[in-house]
Amino acid sequence: MRVVVDLNRCQGYAQCCYAAPAHFELRGHEILFYDPAPPEAARGRIERAQQACPVRAISVEGIDLAEEDAP
Amino acid sequence: MSGRAGIVIVGASLAGLRGAEALRRGGYEGPLTLVGDEPYRPYDRPPLSKHVLAGELAADATALPQLLPLRARWRLGSPATGLDRNAKIVRLADGSSLAYDTLLVATGARARRWPGEAEFAGIFTIRGRDEAADLRAALARDPRSVLIVGGGLIGCEAASCCRDLGLPVTLVDPNPTPLARALGTLVGGTLAARMRAAGVDLRPGTQVRALEGEAGQVCRARLADGGSIAADLVIVALGAVRDTGWLSEGGLAADAGGLTCDGACRALTRMGVPDPNIFAAGDVARWPNPLYGGRLIAVEHWGNAVEQAAHAARNMLNPADPQPYAHLPAFWSSQFGLNIKMVGLADGADSVAIVQGSRAAGRFLAVYGREGRTIAAVSFDEARWLPAYAERIAAGAAFPPIHDATDQPAIETRPPGFPPPRPFPASRGRVPEAAHA
Repeated sequence: MRVVVDLNRCQGYAQCCYAAPAHFELRGHEILFYDPAPPEAARGRIERAQQACPVRAISVEGIDLAEEDAP
Repeated sequence: MSGRAGIVIVGASLAGLRGAEALRRGGYEGPLTLVGDEPYRPYDRPPLSKHVLAGELAADATALPQLLPLRARWRLGSPATGLDRNAKIVRLADGSSLAYDTLLVATGARARRWPGEAEFAGIFTIRGRDEAADLRAALARDPRSVLIVGGGLIGCEAASCCRDLGLPVTLVDPNPTPLARALGTLVGGTLAARMRAAGVDLRPGTQVRALEGEAGQVCRARLADGGSIAADLVIVALGAVRDTGWLSEGGLAADAGGLTCDGACRALTRMGVPDPNIFAAGDVARWPNPLYGGRLIAVEHWGNAVEQAAHAARNMLNPADPQPYAHLPAFWSSQFGLNIKMVGLADGADSVAIVQGSRAAGRFLAVYGREGRTIAAVSFDEARWLPAYAERIAAGAAFPPIHDATDQPAIETRPPGFPPPRPFPASRGRVPEAAHA
């Protein structure tokens, strides 16, 4: 699955890191490192991370779209 | 808008993708085609100069999520080579043509290359996924010494990755500090100290005159002062050139600095008249930004690609009601364990003030002013304060804008230390400006 975080918007609240610790990690004081291509099996945790973000910085591709427009 | 040819978007990166989504979200039901010069679906570029170089992410791992059904035709791996505005046709490298009713130009920019770069192996740029993959592979082969030419964001991020990999790295830049043009030398000086502490051999005030090689492999840089630096891997990080070559015959106001647009994202002809059927967004678009006095600027940042593409799409769907595009530039960078975030354009500032934290502590927020107005702010690991300052910058608040905030130090304003402007070749009309790093 595909994930992107708007790091202009991200304020380092780190709620995603609690919801999906294997895929979102805070480094130093406030650098967010995340996995842009987590396995489909992690979708539940990734979507919880997305919902938990106080500034709605996380975008996740819906499962129905995964290959809809594949070139 | 409901013609048979429909909408063609040239450029299949962040702006192209988000523009396509905004068109569908805005109710556009007609044909939609996306043209991309690379053979890949839209992917995210910021990780390329960070986690991909460091080997933490594969270069092909950053495909962007698509946020709604596009029902689009994709023409990937076939760059646009020409534009015929009379016939309303885009020509592609494979010899085919695409008719359009409305066109969105989102071709972005490419890395500025070193002249004669192909002469030697071991010289790299970072812009696309293939370039990042090639450079990553070369870094993994343990070069003896890496030279980075250019102390902008990409050069600094690459230097940080090289040190994380334990590689000896030298960074040269003609200015007194890294990021001098974006942040000034006062703030740039704190980054310089951080880089040196991390083991970077930083050579400010230094210019490379030539790259030299032996047996087809780069081996040293010859400096303008006659000295030299040994290096078997060179990263050229000299900024970007807008991808407008394919527009050269189209009669539009396009050059290496971008495609000039009116305030509503409509491309201007060389006569200065908007073409009602051609819009532009992202790195390639140069437009009069009302937040900066209508100065013509092109903004090479992620957030602008997203916002301008959505704005252009909105105007494409509402041609009778074009709305001006106002945008507060913003970027982030992570390097040397620091999170650097900026809002606004600091160039031209006459004052800077540290308004939270301190440079000594390595965590601070600096605000820039020009003629008594607040124009930009940068955070080093103090991002939580930034949104409040972004609001003041957008409102053109007096400088410095916020007093008596919690934990605020005594505010002292100082000169920001910007290098003198680069000599600019004779240009027609207003001098174009670019916000990039």
